[in-house]
Amino acid sequence: MKKLDRKQIAARVARDIPDGAYVNLGIGLPTLVADHLPKDREIILHSENGVLGVGPRPAPGEEDEDLINAGKEPVTLLTGGSYFHHADSFGMIRGRHLDFCVLGAFQVSAAGDLANWHTGAPDAIPAVGGAMDLAVGAKQVLVMMEHLTKDGQSKIVERCTYPLTGARCVSRIYTDLAVIDVRPDGLHLVEIVAGDLSFDELQRLNGVPLKYRAAA
Amino acid sequence: MINKFFASPQAALADLPDGASVMLGGFGNAGMPTQLIDALISQGAKDLTIVNNNAGNGDTGLAALLGAGRVRKIICSFPRQSDSWHFDRLYREGKLELELVPQGTLAERIRAAGAGVGAFFTPTAYGTRLAEGKETRRIGERDYVLEYPIHADYALIKADRADRWGNLVYRKTARNFGPIMAAAARCTVVQVRETVELGELDPETVVTPGIFVKRVIKLH
Repeated sequence: MKKLDRKQIAARVARDIPDGAYVNLGIGLPTLVADHLPKDREIILHSENGVLGVGPRPAPGEEDEDLINAGKEPVTLLTGGSYFHHADSFGMIRGRHLDFCVLGAFQVSAAGDLANWHTGAPDAIPAVGGAMDLAVGAKQVLVMMEHLTKDGQSKIVERCTYPLTGARCVSRIYTDLAVIDVRPDGLHLVEIVAGDLSFDELQRLNGVPLKYRAAA
Repeated sequence: MINKFFASPQAALADLPDGASVMLGGFGNAGMPTQLIDALISQGAKDLTIVNNNAGNGDTGLAALLGAGRVRKIICSFPRQSDSWHFDRLYREGKLELELVPQGTLAERIRAAGAGVGAFFTPTAYGTRLAEGKETRRIGERDYVLEYPIHADYALIKADRADRWGNLVYRKTARNFGPIMAAAARCTVVQVRETVELGELDPETVVTPGIFVKRVIKLH
């Protein structure tokens, strides 16, 4: 089995973002998606600290400490971009104006519950940021993650054991093994992306039952 | 004549008492009113409740205020960072109370305070541990959590330019919490890069009207 690397997962997500979409990329793995968006599409990136039209990282020496993204990294502004305050920014999120957000995850349940902010460890210092707002607000929540934990457990589970970020909020899951849709009647395999991986083997690794229409 | 210009941060913060609630603008270093926070540290007020998105970075600004032992409680969305060691230590020692609020709920609670809203229902955090014990309601097809405004005695924020009436414009993403904190506090103190004559700011582009601002200090 040949798993996708992180850049390849990002490229697979980017392929599904259409021209004209307003998109928020979560901190961490999802930020890689920006590097793979097709150049022939006009896609507007939102950052929750208050900017639409986020452009690429500035050249060394060109950084502006007043122009950063939600990960507090220096960015640039595309022509046509805009700035706004935090309440407006989260109004855009909660008000269902963003077409997509892409988030990382610790676990996703078969019902589309998302756990990505807290491991549940009693001594952990909690920090949530904008994850819960994005989870309930974006029209489509795309999750991007490795399919298995380091010890081989599926991160797609019947019920999340980690504290939830949002209930029944995930639309689609992109992993290094597969693309899977979350629908009211369960999980549907869209595509196997790892090389030399059979449906039966994916089903065994995934733990939670997968439906696959094309195989019928 | 209205003149909100103050000569120094010390003069602008002289009446800030022990036990005050203080909003601090900024998201990371963008919009962080660092010199006002330095003045607050040297002013000496203690037992403060602080509202900010984070809980300080490194050894400057909010982190230094925490390190000096002046803060009783912090209301924020994302305290844990690679360089938030002052917060981490005080929190683990039980010397600092934390109220963790999702970022959009934090912003909206601040906005609600400034806008005179008594409470609001938000879908954020429904079904999670951050909504435990809170009133919920199903409205239409969605479930919501009841959230209350966050008021403050003072807001310390940073803007780019101001006139003597306290009209403000900001710079890029340094705007972040400034406009909503300015409205939510009884006494808003602003550090700006430049002060200008009345009329120099285009009224069409004023972001925070002066009614929300009490004191302005020009700092580099």
